[in-house]
Amino acid sequence: MVEKKKSGYWLTHLGLILGVLFIFFPVWLTFVASTVTQDAIIYPPLPMLPGTEFFENYANALFRGSPEGYGAKVPVIKMMMNSAIMAIGITVGKIIISLLSAFAFVYFRFPFRNLCFWLIFITLMLPVEVRIVPTYEVVANLNLLNSYTGLIFPLIASATATFLFRQFFMTIPDEMVEAARMDGCSPMRFFFDILVPISKTNIAALFVILFIFGWNQYLWPLLMTTDPDMRTIVMAIDSMIPTGDDYAHWPTVMATAMLAMIPPVIVVISMQKFFVKGLLESDK
Amino acid sequence: MEKRVFFKGWWLPALLVAPQLLISFVFFFYPSGQAIWNSLFLPDPFGLKTEFVGLDNFRFLLSDPYYLASFKTTVIFSTAVSVSSMALGLYLAALADRLIKGAGVYQTLLIWPYAIAPAIAGVLWLFMFNGNIGLASYYLKALGYEWNHTLKGDQAMFLVILASSWGRISYNFLFFLAGLQAIPKSIIEAAAIDGASFWKRFGTIVIPLLSPITFFLLVVNIVYAFFDTFGVIHTITSGGPEQSTTILVYKVFSDGFVSQDLGSSAAQSVILLVLVGILTVIQFKYIERKVHY
Repeated sequence: MVEKKKSGYWLTHLGLILGVLFIFFPVWLTFVASTVTQDAIIYPPLPMLPGTEFFENYANALFRGSPEGYGAKVPVIKMMMNSAIMAIGITVGKIIISLLSAFAFVYFRFPFRNLCFWLIFITLMLPVEVRIVPTYEVVANLNLLNSYTGLIFPLIASATATFLFRQFFMTIPDEMVEAARMDGCSPMRFFFDILVPISKTNIAALFVILFIFGWNQYLWPLLMTTDPDMRTIVMAIDSMIPTGDDYAHWPTVMATAMLAMIPPVIVVISMQKFFVKGLLESDK
Repeated sequence: MEKRVFFKGWWLPALLVAPQLLISFVFFFYPSGQAIWNSLFLPDPFGLKTEFVGLDNFRFLLSDPYYLASFKTTVIFSTAVSVSSMALGLYLAALADRLIKGAGVYQTLLIWPYAIAPAIAGVLWLFMFNGNIGLASYYLKALGYEWNHTLKGDQAMFLVILASSWGRISYNFLFFLAGLQAIPKSIIEAAAIDGASFWKRFGTIVIPLLSPITFFLLVVNIVYAFFDTFGVIHTITSGGPEQSTTILVYKVFSDGFVSQDLGSSAAQSVILLVLVGILTVIQFKYIERKVHY
């Protein structure tokens, strides 16, 4: 056994706790700022403990947005709805089209199969940020600006999930298909009754990764949405902080920041096992 | 690797791959082709007609001091973000790996920032370092250090690096921890019995065994710093002051959408495309995509 010293043991914990504090500190400050009055913030230093305005600030942010004269004024609940629709749309859309095409690639032989495979493979290489201007034009020409379709579909065009499912399907024993075919099972029945159920863990892992990916999109919604009612929470927060000499209404901004973090953090923590699996195996 | 057993027919699989192919064509191949095509043209100032200029856009870019400065900024920024977040991730993972009990608790406490959007991380750090009200700038001022990242380029750079690395530690921590836990304890114990100290063991056994993961993480982190940090930069500095934090992807955005310089923006997209292409090839060629433990 590797030697264990008492002092080393406590130093290990100390080091880890310092790391945890570094990670938590900015979020704690944000939480504190979301529970105090504007005055408590604009006359620094900020207190270290939460104030009494929690319900007031969150109710304001959720249902009314920033008060008069402090930047954009859209109820945050509307933005959260938009974010949720976009995130779930991207997640579900990507999982469905990837399951279908991975199924086709692994369990069928069809003309141009290799060509199709390479075409999809290439999409792995380019994040949407690189082809942002022409993609914007495509979406504008299709009249999809300020629509959920326009927010969701361009972000579905990537192959990571397809590869993950393909790799997983490859590990499934051939006897399964043989048995299914022997019993006269149609391909789609095999897909729904056997393939999808045994892919459950992989689907859950991808769900976590893709939900975070979708919820946290910034540049794309920033370009796509000019209608305040279509803004997502992650991109809209920037418009709540005015540039120049104007003050932001910080308690509302900070409450909004907390509200933008809570859903994806809950998903990560509640599905931690799947998250770790998804992250280690896929990377987005 | 191929399956020996498969279903017959060709129209069903064609139908199954159709949605993904369709989306890839409309939102990937067509726009990418468009970017390459546009990079060869120069629109007149009124956008009425475009003139074919061949590689002039590229020639102009590569001699444009602002573009070259942005290149340098990107290299400094992505190196700093990758190295600092990987170093902290490895440090915390090495500590957590020493624990027999409790590593799981620390894992939970350390990985959740992965879920925080870069733009939100930007807002958090902007709040702390805000020149008028920020806690950090308040105490720096009390110590006699003038903080104003809206005027001083090096402070702005420091702040965007800090905000970008902060959210990235959890990702690196998770990969390093998985890598460390996969190293057979027997190897470490054998070295310990032979009298190798902790640091000796770390340097001669652990680091070499971690090198595939480290290399993988380096590529992934550079790609992250190139693209995903857009939100951090947009919320904290908007590329300023005086372009000191304008990384390449931010320049594509500001030239293409803010200044409407489409030819140049398209040429920049193509250069980025080539850079990501190279990084992806490196990643696929030298490391298996699935990290093996």
